[in-house]
Amino acid sequence: MTDIADNTADAPVDAPADAPVDAPAEDVVLRVENLSVDFRTEGGPARAVANANLTVRRGQTVAIVGESGSGKTTLAMAVLGLLASNGSVAEGHIWFKDEDLGHISAQRMAQLRGTELGLVPQDPMTNLNPILRIGQQIDEGLIDNGLRTRRDARARTVELLDEVGLPDAARRAGQYPHEFSGGMRQRALIAMGLSGRPALLVADEPTSALDVTVQRGILDQLSGLTEELGTAVLLITHDLGLAAERADIVVVMYHGEIVEQGPARQVLTSPQHDYTKRLMAAAPSLASRRIEIARERGLEDVLDDALLAPGEEAVADGAAEADVLVSVKDVSKVFTIRGGGLLSRSKDFTAVDGVSFDIPRGSTVAVVGESGSGKSTLARMILDIEKPTTGSITFDGGLVGAGKHKEQIAYRRRVQPVFQDPYSSLDPLYSVFRAIEEPLRAHDYGDAAARRARVEELAEQVALSKGQLRRFPSELSGGQRQRVAIARALALSPELVVCDEAVSALDVVVQAQILQLLAGLQEELGLTYLFITHDLAVVRQIADRVLVMQQGRVVEEGTVDAVFDSPATDYTRALLDAIPGKDLELAL
Amino acid sequence: MLRLIVQRLLLLIPLLLGLSVLLFAWVRALPGGPATALLGERATPEAVARINTLYGFDQPVHVQYFKYLSRLLQGDFGVSTRTGRPVLDEFLTRFPATIELTVVALIIAIGIGIPLGYVAARRAGSFLDHSSVVVSLIGVTVPVFFLAFILKYVFAVELGWFPSTGRQDPTMIATHPTNFYVLDGLLTGEWDAAWDALVHLILPGIALGTIPLAIVARMTRAAVSEVQNADYVRTARAKGIKSARLRGDHIVRNSMLPVLTTIGLQVGLLLSGAVLTETVFAFSGIGSFLAEAVFNADYPVMQGFVLMIAIVYALVNLLVDVSYGLIDPRLRRQQ
Amino acid sequence: MSANELPVTDGAAAAPLHQSIHGDGPGGADHAGEGVWARAWRTLRKNPVAIAGFVIVAIFVLVAILAPVLAPYGPDELPGRAEVRPTMIPGPSAEYPLGLDRYGGDVLSKLIWGAQASLLVGVLSTLFGLVGGMLLGLLAGWFGKWVDFGAMRLVDLMLSVPSLLLAVSIAAIAGQSSMSVIIAIGVVQIPIFARLLRGSMLAQRGQDYVLAASALGLSRRSVTMSHVLPNSVGPVIVQATLTLATAVIEAAALSFLGLGGGEPSTAEWGRMLTAAQQELAVAPRLAILPGICIAITALGFTLVGESLREALDPRNRTRR
Repeated sequence: MTDIADNTADAPVDAPADAPVDAPAEDVVLRVENLSVDFRTEGGPARAVANANLTVRRGQTVAIVGESGSGKTTLAMAVLGLLASNGSVAEGHIWFKDEDLGHISAQRMAQLRGTELGLVPQDPMTNLNPILRIGQQIDEGLIDNGLRTRRDARARTVELLDEVGLPDAARRAGQYPHEFSGGMRQRALIAMGLSGRPALLVADEPTSALDVTVQRGILDQLSGLTEELGTAVLLITHDLGLAAERADIVVVMYHGEIVEQGPARQVLTSPQHDYTKRLMAAAPSLASRRIEIARERGLEDVLDDALLAPGEEAVADGAAEADVLVSVKDVSKVFTIRGGGLLSRSKDFTAVDGVSFDIPRGSTVAVVGESGSGKSTLARMILDIEKPTTGSITFDGGLVGAGKHKEQIAYRRRVQPVFQDPYSSLDPLYSVFRAIEEPLRAHDYGDAAARRARVEELAEQVALSKGQLRRFPSELSGGQRQRVAIARALALSPELVVCDEAVSALDVVVQAQILQLLAGLQEELGLTYLFITHDLAVVRQIADRVLVMQQGRVVEEGTVDAVFDSPATDYTRALLDAIPGKDLELAL
Repeated sequence: MLRLIVQRLLLLIPLLLGLSVLLFAWVRALPGGPATALLGERATPEAVARINTLYGFDQPVHVQYFKYLSRLLQGDFGVSTRTGRPVLDEFLTRFPATIELTVVALIIAIGIGIPLGYVAARRAGSFLDHSSVVVSLIGVTVPVFFLAFILKYVFAVELGWFPSTGRQDPTMIATHPTNFYVLDGLLTGEWDAAWDALVHLILPGIALGTIPLAIVARMTRAAVSEVQNADYVRTARAKGIKSARLRGDHIVRNSMLPVLTTIGLQVGLLLSGAVLTETVFAFSGIGSFLAEAVFNADYPVMQGFVLMIAIVYALVNLLVDVSYGLIDPRLRRQQ
Repeated sequence: MSANELPVTDGAAAAPLHQSIHGDGPGGADHAGEGVWARAWRTLRKNPVAIAGFVIVAIFVLVAILAPVLAPYGPDELPGRAEVRPTMIPGPSAEYPLGLDRYGGDVLSKLIWGAQASLLVGVLSTLFGLVGGMLLGLLAGWFGKWVDFGAMRLVDLMLSVPSLLLAVSIAAIAGQSSMSVIIAIGVVQIPIFARLLRGSMLAQRGQDYVLAASALGLSRRSVTMSHVLPNSVGPVIVQATLTLATAVIEAAALSFLGLGGGEPSTAEWGRMLTAAQQELAVAPRLAILPGICIAITALGFTLVGESLREALDPRNRTRR
């Protein structure tokens, strides 16, 4: 993938000139017919999209839902003629009005982009040119598409920025992207995508890189505008809830194929294809209750009562006073940010501000917050990777981080982390076996044979096959890596596992599997979890108690049901409101 | 912006102090001791004793260092043992020649390197791309003095297109108010002299410029390849802007950031290469003078020249940092 | 294609994975259980550029080692002294395949012995720089704080002098011998290796797997030794390979400037070039032959280094 070239240029030119077969009404904006897209790879052509058919009508929003690698983005880029240089339309047609976008000249395609076709890209951090002012980046599209002259472009730009809800648009237009927050950048990108008043707007995961509370505002703005302008939208998303809430038609893609499509309500209420069913089952939603493994398995009689996760009622009335595993008391963490050079002063930044809470043994406590809320810093302090500036953390009665070296090592055995990014949480040079064996070796666990037995036992617990033990992280999928990370964390039979966004980087189906695994392990091993996440839906699935953090402070705390059913603060309410697909259950 | 410049200038002070300590220690570590180093190896014992008292080499080390430092601050870099002239004078009379040479080399490196790298990246896999790879390989594997030999042999000795040595035809009658020969010719209106000086710069300029050319081309190719695949370039294409604007405002300007740093680093390479190139072409700049100093164990010249070249190098990199801020707004407003 | 398009489906439970567009998705069966280095080696063996580099390096090393067998004359022998006239240097003949030089030495023999000298200088100086640089980098990366600060200021200082000038200054102290050339070139490389290793270690330090290892209760020493360092040496090894090329060139440059001692007739590529300067018009081959030897040797090491860099590039690693 060395060059972005117009794939349209080298596409076969034997396309029939006649219009699509059954395009009855002129309100069909986009009609994808038997479309296949290939990528040239070292191992020959690989088909990224196979035989896709879909129609988008004027004013309609069509959502393509699928996990990463399902071909949804490729399909959208084929429509815009922006495939990577090694990709091309192999078969089929992309009828836009009466032109086949798969087989027109690069020049014509360039004319259409920015006027008839618009794009709102995924990541606001990387999609704006860092060295040009925001206004300039919108002006240039207006000028080059002949919509405004050089002189009046700026006035129009300010109007457009104003329209997407950017306050003080005239001044903002003169600023650079790094002076904008993520949400503001995304608004600017929406203004850019709509600047030519396109007939079709491709919105590629337009909010997945943003915090939930910001997401909602931006989606509202986007759907309000497109509705007002009558723009057809092709919405690409991995989030079923979002698709259900925003789209008229839902198209489900899996491994390059469209496996199901239809009106949103119909697809969601009576999914036909196995994959859609699995997706539906896995989708975390506010209605889904805590995963109750024991009941599912009917194993209650086998398991020791003491090992069972205490019921929510027990936690709610705080009966198990004696059984507090971790107690956090008035903990603060202040970072000193050193200035850039000799002449600049350093500043203090309070990441965590006077936080107190308990984690009862055998329960799951979730800490929820948006980026910058201090939740990860809190997790690191409990892991004893960072020291609190003030306040104390006690674990099973002993003060964390205060003891001698030996006690600290002992503490490490009892508290283990599982991190977010499955790509950086494993040493690329260590095989799976070695990664899981490492903690055993470090704590002198038995001889080689005993360690091997233990590693195999752990692998079985996290559902990794023996064959996978000799693989290296680069050969594993994200979910498999996360299983390895869990096995490594469990190797020393810890009491507390700190999961820092442990499932955030995974696709929904995989995410559900990992949550299921974690719940099962808790049941089996009597583990206590501290779950750090930004995703409230996940919280509902796994946690007993929840803490909501905002700017370093705990703004709300309580049982999951209490917080979800009757949130006490506006912030929590905003967080809950922002979850896409919140109304989904009501609709079903 | 001003703040950035002041900040960088302040950072130069500890660097130069450190360097002066190293160079001070260096003279002391020379075979034969500091006095011999200053007087040359054929010095009489009386002269050594005289120098020892004059420079205080019999005093404690820290006293000696501060004396050395205060002499430096007064512009006294010592006296060349070979020519008997002050080191600073020797440097200043020859430096314009080296500036002329490095400027020509940089023009060649940037003027060819950036377009070559750009085209190579834009047409990956094309003939030009492959030839740019070959050029970069030649640039990093052929020693600069060997390249100078070959150029001199082919274009000066065999073909006779260019003069083989010197800065100007010795028979040329020319006045030199600034010691920049090309500039002198233009200032005084002696067009022949200016042209002749320019012709003398071509071969050494090519020899010296080839390695930086290779590195600049390679860096440009890498930077453009990366930038043209950046998300914001795709988004710009989705806006339907003209391709000239896409190339200029989006691809080229963003690619220039890493290339600029590379160019700053090339100046160090050029100053190293000047020692060899000027020697081959008997071009009387600081490089050839330094090479002669090395050959004749003229330590005061080596010591002083190294310090002054380091200052020049540091200032050039400061300039690069400042121009970086001109391109990249993120650095401009940084606190 | 953006990074989020990587297949992160959980193979453990999902349906059998189809051929993804990124080649052999998770766990292409044929190379399962292959480490990063093994994979790099496999990539290298398939890369014609790397093979060309390896062949050049192998020939160079063989010639250098077998010099006593291959060279018709010894390194200091001047078999044709009687045949050289001030006006005429005999060219190639049956007896001297590449002719004689100004001093009456057999050019072929001198080139072969020159390979040995170059290999010695190249390998020893690179080793010197590598060991010194890694120690300094490790020191900085290990202790951090003021040790790191001090070490990095030293590095800045050394890099503030253009490399050849630094080498010349060091060679001037170390005296006129080939050892001083080795030390000079080696010292010049120290800051480069130190900075590279330190930067690479810092980058690894921030990775989650290093945090996870510390959370396992591993000591700082074992975290550094078993995770941080092994993952940081890749770029250092690539740099070392490329440095072998620079070292050969710099050694020639230093001998060209008259540093390194010995007779003007010494069998060394750089020295042969110095001597040939005067005869450029009469016998250009005397300059061209050693120059080509230097360039080809440097080319060999550069090709190996560059393809190694490519093979170890993490961006290629995850996607292949």
